[in-house]
Amino acid sequence: MKIKEVISKGIWTENPVFRLMLGICPTLATSTSVQNAIGMGIAVIFVLTFSNLLISLIRSIVPDKIRIPIFISIIATFVTIVDLIMAAYVPDLHKSLGLFIPLIVVNCIILGRAEAFAYKNTILFSVIDGIAMGIGFTVALSLIATFREILGNGTWLGNPLFGSSFEPALLMILPSGAFFTIAFIIAFLNDLDQRRKRHDKPAVQ
Amino acid sequence: MQMDIQSLLIISISAVFISNFVLSRILGLCPFIGVSKQLDSALGMGIAVIFVMGVASAVTWVIYQYLMLPSDQNLIYLLLKGHIQNPPNLVYLRTLVFILVIAALVQFVEMVIQKTSPGLYRALGIYLPLITTNCTVLGVSILNIDSNYNFIESVVNGLMSGIGFTLALILMSGIREKLELANLPKAMRGTPIAFILAGLMALAFLGFSGLTIR
Repeated sequence: MKIKEVISKGIWTENPVFRLMLGICPTLATSTSVQNAIGMGIAVIFVLTFSNLLISLIRSIVPDKIRIPIFISIIATFVTIVDLIMAAYVPDLHKSLGLFIPLIVVNCIILGRAEAFAYKNTILFSVIDGIAMGIGFTVALSLIATFREILGNGTWLGNPLFGSSFEPALLMILPSGAFFTIAFIIAFLNDLDQRRKRHDKPAVQ
Repeated sequence: MQMDIQSLLIISISAVFISNFVLSRILGLCPFIGVSKQLDSALGMGIAVIFVMGVASAVTWVIYQYLMLPSDQNLIYLLLKGHIQNPPNLVYLRTLVFILVIAALVQFVEMVIQKTSPGLYRALGIYLPLITTNCTVLGVSILNIDSNYNFIESVVNGLMSGIGFTLALILMSGIREKLELANLPKAMRGTPIAFILAGLMALAFLGFSGLTIR
């Protein structure tokens, strides 16, 4: 296994949100603006990297039967660290993400990577996997947030894009907008896959 | 007492309709998309979630108020009165303690149901382990604390949020059962159309947000 492969898996071929369908709740709830999305993404990258690091470090001494509670305690510890740091240094962002910071604990991406990757791989690969999956999550989140912020608010990262005559579609900022956006992105990716399959078939025959 | 019932009613209506966990707060989507293919399993999952959310709200509230808050009623402080001067402030451990309590609680509930009523266990058994990682349970426990609810309000909020989740899940599964027969573009089949449906339902539930209760 190569480092490059781990990175490309995390960001594209096994993108946690679009391909593995993990961590959908925080993705939809915190993608109302690109700023929120990036803040949430950085928090997840931090937790994912350090929990992968620690779990991979202690994987030989963790008894198999109680590994899940141990993983959860480790993840909860790092989430608490992120929570306190964000409350201290970026109180505005912390306030707007609110409930979703402590809920990183139950984000399936983190427990999923701990179980599927860090528990079976060396420290170096686990850290890289954590960073790559975290970036994949952030990219997905920012993409959804880009659509929602531009259409729903007429801005990108807080900068107005259109003239004052632009009437934003408020719908996109509301929960419905999140559902519609992700539905169309997944449908687009499905379509891409089906086209590729159709394209590949004649070559095989 | 009159005030109490009124405030409980407001909490109930807002938990079920106005800030529905799935459609307005966007929590608990994994089971919402995953277990909504059939009405029967949706009902089973819903009842399990209502039960666990109610119990978890009660247990986490008691633990937070009597073990973690730095007050004179803190049990750790009362037990170690001669040894420590001030009540300990363990509020920062909230996330860690809550998730462990919920995980243990779900395991315990599973064992109790298995021993006492095999019928119920057969119906709910496969859903219970999934609930630990359902963000609604941890979400409602934290919301109860953040909203400064008292014990009864917390339990009512837990139960009603669970009912709101079940309502959304059942509506969704009813529509999806019909949807099996629909002729959809190939790329939209499965998850994408489920999300579109969720979006439309969220739009419908948005109507409740105009509801103001005094």
